[in-house]
Amino acid sequence: MTAKKDNVSATLVKAPTGIDGLDEITGGGLPRGRPTLVVGGPGCGKTMLAAEFIVQGAVRYGEPGVFMMFEENSDELTANVRSLGFDLGKLTKQKKVALDYVRIERSEIEETGEYDLDGLFIRLAHAVETVNAKRVVLDTIEALFSGLSDHAVLRAELRRLFRWLKDRGMTAVITGERGANSLTRYGLEEYVADCVIMLDHRVTEQVSTRRLRVVKYRGSAHGTNEYPFLIGTEGLSVLPITSLRLDHAASAERVATGIAKLDQMLGGKGIYRDSSMLISGAPGTGKSSVGASVADAACARGERVLLFAYEESAAQLARNMRSIGIDLERWVKKGRLHIHASRPTLQGLEQHLVFMYDAVRDFRPNVVVVDPISNLSLDRDDMGLKPTLMRLIDFLKQSHVTAVFTSLIGDSGAAFAESQIGVSSLMDTWLLLSNLEANGERTRALQVIKSRGMPHSNQVREFVFSDKGIDLIDVFVTEGRVLTGRMRLGAQHATVAGNVAPAAPGAIAKRKAKR
Amino acid sequence: MKKSAAVEPGKPVRAVKVEWQLRLYVAGQTAKSAAALRNLQKLCETHLAGRYEIEVIDLLVNPKLAAGDQILAVPTLVRKFPEPIRKIIGDLSNEERVLVGLDVKPVP
Repeated sequence: MTAKKDNVSATLVKAPTGIDGLDEITGGGLPRGRPTLVVGGPGCGKTMLAAEFIVQGAVRYGEPGVFMMFEENSDELTANVRSLGFDLGKLTKQKKVALDYVRIERSEIEETGEYDLDGLFIRLAHAVETVNAKRVVLDTIEALFSGLSDHAVLRAELRRLFRWLKDRGMTAVITGERGANSLTRYGLEEYVADCVIMLDHRVTEQVSTRRLRVVKYRGSAHGTNEYPFLIGTEGLSVLPITSLRLDHAASAERVATGIAKLDQMLGGKGIYRDSSMLISGAPGTGKSSVGASVADAACARGERVLLFAYEESAAQLARNMRSIGIDLERWVKKGRLHIHASRPTLQGLEQHLVFMYDAVRDFRPNVVVVDPISNLSLDRDDMGLKPTLMRLIDFLKQSHVTAVFTSLIGDSGAAFAESQIGVSSLMDTWLLLSNLEANGERTRALQVIKSRGMPHSNQVREFVFSDKGIDLIDVFVTEGRVLTGRMRLGAQHATVAGNVAPAAPGAIAKRKAKR
Repeated sequence: MKKSAAVEPGKPVRAVKVEWQLRLYVAGQTAKSAAALRNLQKLCETHLAGRYEIEVIDLLVNPKLAAGDQILAVPTLVRKFPEPIRKIIGDLSNEERVLVGLDVKPVP
């Protein structure tokens, strides 16, 4: 039991669900020995939540359970939860879980005279005794309302049923379909009043997210927010971003970015291991190339890199990077680099996140490159993106992964500041790539906007590609003007010739030394 | 309380298949179940004399049997034969509805 002794929960004992995050929100789980109502529309994950509650109880907490289902039969349920990695068949054989499918067919049933639901009680009691159950799921008992016409009897019997469950100290999960005017279609909340959890499956801009909220928890404090949750290959996980502690270890080790001059700008040693770096820039400023360069450098050190490419296919990316002297293919062949090229918006942000989690757990990379994060959401102002990223970054940090994110932004300055404000605060290092346009010529420029915990250059550098890779060149400042591209070359030659007084002697000295 | 009106429960005595095989599920000896059995016997004698058998199953004694016939409510009368299976729940006090439910043509 995770109930704390120091506060109110001394009287309220809780039964852990074993669902990631849910026990955190509820301060230890569902009220032990009482029924909890789980409400939601169709396809919200009610059954999955209930099933995981039973399975985790049986497997992890030594509490056998009964799953009484009214809508799908045992085989269907077993098949459905197998996708979460739960083997109900095995648990049934081990007498840790009892399944009972209650089928009600209105057309087969004629009602005449008085009756009660003792048959249901007997079945439930029998199942409970068979496995010595401590947990019970009724999914979803509302089906009775459509199967039986005498709702007065039914309501009286439901009241008796919940009393019966409480008397036997069963920790129960009752699922219910969400109603139009009341919480549930048939007002189950009237009977189950101790704890109510609401599930929601929302689609915004064609992208779906699942959310969970603890509406009510009598006698206990609980998180009141709506928390996104995922149904992944290992069951449900509720993601209480606001309660995640910032307790990941901070590495003092530095790793090179693969661009020597950039490392120089970052205190001479590159970025911290396990930190996160954001590279934002307008189209065509070289974001992907910087990302690829970091990946290349990591592979060259013998590390493993996972690259999520959302704009190009793996082959296309490899070809394009080859043109600037970065050979990604050899790392793929050596198994150090995995490129996942996909369209994340196809699946929905949350589901894609699950996919990323699984990929990271599988491959155990040292470096993850996401190119670009702006493609994780169709809508740039998506409120969901920030919490999602926050969770992703936390997850990567806890997995000891150095993360590099690129982000596409508009070309103008104002839009840039606004569009990045959400995610940039999550990043340890932030590079900005921009286009400088002057005198009919466009040049790429790079600057380090921030880099936590290290001295870094405040200067804008010119950013040049060649078939030998990426290079940074100090911009040439003369007579209060910043010169780039041809202008810089021209001015440099002039300076060398001694005609113009140099404004940045250091810069020129370096250039000279290089030639 | 295992008793039967026409034959012993679970094993038809006659060699010929009985035309109407009925099964009544109850839970203990309650007023409702007693009434249901009484009503059923009366009805069968009136309309199906010599052509029926009733098996009474007490779920308190045999809880396992509840799942097989998908019993929720008690008393429940199940028409096992002729097929398809029909169910009538309640104390069977309304003869008219029981006959409709069993699909028995009432004697004119």
